[in-house]
Amino acid sequence: MVKVADVVDKLNARVICGSCDMNQEIQFGFASDLMSDVLTIDTENLLLITGLNNLQTIRTSEMSDISFILFVRDKKATEEMKELACENEITLLECGHSMFRACSILNEIGLQPVY
Amino acid sequence: MEFKFTIEGGNFSKAGSASSEVKKILKQLNVNPKIIKRTVVSLYEAEVNVVAHAFEGNMNVDIDTDKIVVKIEDKGPGIPDIDQAMQEGYSTATPQVREMGFGAGMGLPNIKRNSDQMNITSKVDVGTEVEIINYLG
Repeated sequence: MVKVADVVDKLNARVICGSCDMNQEIQFGFASDLMSDVLTIDTENLLLITGLNNLQTIRTSEMSDISFILFVRDKKATEEMKELACENEITLLECGHSMFRACSILNEIGLQPVY
Repeated sequence: MEFKFTIEGGNFSKAGSASSEVKKILKQLNVNPKIIKRTVVSLYEAEVNVVAHAFEGNMNVDIDTDKIVVKIEDKGPGIPDIDQAMQEGYSTATPQVREMGFGAGMGLPNIKRNSDQMNITSKVDVGTEVEIINYLG
């Protein structure tokens, strides 16, 4: 389990949307830029780690009950994405790390892979 | 209860809005969250298919006490070989669709996986109809 606060701290990330409880704990991580893959995951309490910054990233998370999205490689969420995320109580985070480095750090601090 | 939503072909900014409305309705009806997820994932895959491949479409939702039946019908190029389209990895998606994070040939198989019953009929140069049935019990 990893606290949102630890994700922010270890990755030097920013919470850009969502008034989430920083003590909330996340158990699993799944990294993909392919939303088709994300839609096959039925694990709960998941952080999606992605470099795909478009509306379908938010829609996919909405349908998959994913409450946390971390954008890597300094990808920026648009205002439209932020609005849709807020409407669906999805917390958005951004960081400048590559996906590989972000995953490596998150795994090190206790975030578990789905498979 | 019946609901009808329209789907615009090619408009990726709206893709998912019909499925999102269905999710809100199912939540209001206190449907089991696991069934909601299975249902809306399959609807969203079907909705994205209409946006990606067809000119226009409709999502017709019929919610009963024991099941939800959704028909997604579109006007579009149709599917010449449904068996081939059902194979994981087979895709005719454009680069634009792939940029959106789709087009890996996983949509139809994932609809099947997330529905209790799935029926698909298609006519080339006319359109495609996908029926998804999920039981609420």
